[in-house]
Amino acid sequence: MASPALFPALLRLGDDRLVLGHRTSEWCGHAPILEEDIALANISLDLIGQANLLLQYAGEVEGAGRDQDALAFSRDAMEYRNALLCELPKGDFGVTIARHFFHGLFSVLQWQALSSSKDATVAGIAAKALKESKYHVRHAGEWVIRLGDGTEESHRRAQAAVDQLWPYTGELFMQPTDEAELVADGLVADVSALEGPWRAQVDDVLRRATLTVPETAWMQRGGRVGVHTEHLGHLLAEMQSVARAHPGAQW
Amino acid sequence: MTTQTPVADDAARLAAFEARIAADESIEPKDWMPERYRSQLIRMMSQHAHSEVVGMLPEGNWITRAPSLRRKMILLAKVQDEGGHGLYIYCGTETLGVDRQELVQQLLDGKAKYSSIFNYPTLSWADIGAIGWLVDGAAIVNQTMLAKASYGPYARAMVRICKEENFHKKQGYEFMVTLARGTPAQKAMAQESLNRWWWPSLMMFGPHDADSPNSDELKKWGVKRKSNDELRQRFVNLTIAQVKAIDLTVPDPDLRYDEASGDWITGPIDWDEFWRVVKGHGPCNSERLGARRKAHDEGRWVRDAAMAYAEKQQRNNRETTERQQ
Ligand SMILES: [Fe+2]
Ligand SMILES: [Fe+2]
Ligand SMILES: [Fe+2]
Repeated sequence: MASPALFPALLRLGDDRLVLGHRTSEWCGHAPILEEDIALANISLDLIGQANLLLQYAGEVEGAGRDQDALAFSRDAMEYRNALLCELPKGDFGVTIARHFFHGLFSVLQWQALSSSKDATVAGIAAKALKESKYHVRHAGEWVIRLGDGTEESHRRAQAAVDQLWPYTGELFMQPTDEAELVADGLVADVSALEGPWRAQVDDVLRRATLTVPETAWMQRGGRVGVHTEHLGHLLAEMQSVARAHPGAQW
Repeated sequence: MTTQTPVADDAARLAAFEARIAADESIEPKDWMPERYRSQLIRMMSQHAHSEVVGMLPEGNWITRAPSLRRKMILLAKVQDEGGHGLYIYCGTETLGVDRQELVQQLLDGKAKYSSIFNYPTLSWADIGAIGWLVDGAAIVNQTMLAKASYGPYARAMVRICKEENFHKKQGYEFMVTLARGTPAQKAMAQESLNRWWWPSLMMFGPHDADSPNSDELKKWGVKRKSNDELRQRFVNLTIAQVKAIDLTVPDPDLRYDEASGDWITGPIDWDEFWRVVKGHGPCNSERLGARRKAHDEGRWVRDAAMAYAEKQQRNNRETTERQQ
């Protein structure tokens, strides 16, 4: 029997993917080229698929009879545990790509660590998700370089995207205090240990993209404990509108 | 030395071409074909590709509001498939000697058509089920015939695409079954949606045979194998059985079963509405085209960047090679 202490940790994992997957799905039919419409729909599908598994398991671990849909469609913003980075508006294609690069790279490192979790379900989900996230990073990384080293306009937009998102990257590596025991027991990864390798790869790709890493010291935080930006409330109002209008209905 | 004039030459080639069509041979990109055959295929195939792409919009409209994660994933996968169909058919059209950019430009300029069905709005979540069931269902009836089309690349594309469309239709019907057997509000939502999509789905097969300007030629060349009315009848028969199975009704007081033919006979189709939408006055014509234009305009800097980067890479590679020589 899995430890109920896993519940908040699974929400953090699942909510990141659900909210980012939602933002990505907003591109559907509106991308710069048809190939990117397909790629972004595919990435969104991967992320929501990951969220589905993680929230399903979260519901089992919680043991209160909530399934993945109850968790996705009946929680209010303050009960969500995603990092703020995931909920920011989709922005232009540059913002979307930079976010996928930052979060995808974090995910690859996180799944790598979690694939040896002592919890077999977590390890299984991580192993599957790792393959998907590797593809997301490759896709986003190639675009970061193209946009950064493309035209003057694309360089300017890519740099603006990096600058805008940078203060939201730090939260990914802040280890929630309520997970300390889970980390000690080898159930979840210590995200603070991922920052070094993440930063090394970010530096490498941004350098190849002729982009610079901003010198912001302050990092925004709050999502991991349920204090979000104003954007999440609107996102959830849209996402939950049909489900909440028909309580108890099966779809 | 040959004394044949070019005209006689063409006449001979045309006769050979028509003999191949008659023998059910497949025409391939490198084969000689009459210009009219080529242009008709370009028109038809590019319209089909545009329809797949524009069709992503009405369904995409509900992805963010899907009421369960499972349905959200099904819808995302479906819309992704439709984009894939568009890409695949654009590539097939390029075998006829046009390029995709040119075709997309025709769409954006309002010079190319796409299926009128996508000029109707998706107003409730049930519309996602109705589209999968009825719109993909009607498309399948059409495309199953096109899978036997004389032009090889089109026929092969249709075989592959039809498999996925069948899957979409199955999922769409299963979606409607779930609503119809759900709460009273869900059942009402399903019925309301069927009421709006029924007639536009029948119009997807095009005008009656007598009023269909391109039909004869397309039939003669083995591109179309069945008439609009034959296909529409097939769809009606298939669909009415499914409507009855889930205890819904179609909005047609004149619908009747004809014992002799075994066909369900519908009341008259409102062709004024059909032509109005074709001519650009459907509820969403300007939104759909507007959305495509906006995506195209806002994506220009991205496409320019990709091109500029590729050119830089080529230049770098060339310089490296020159240095090595
Ligand atoms: Fe399709
Ligand atoms: Fe189609
Ligand atoms: Fe389809």
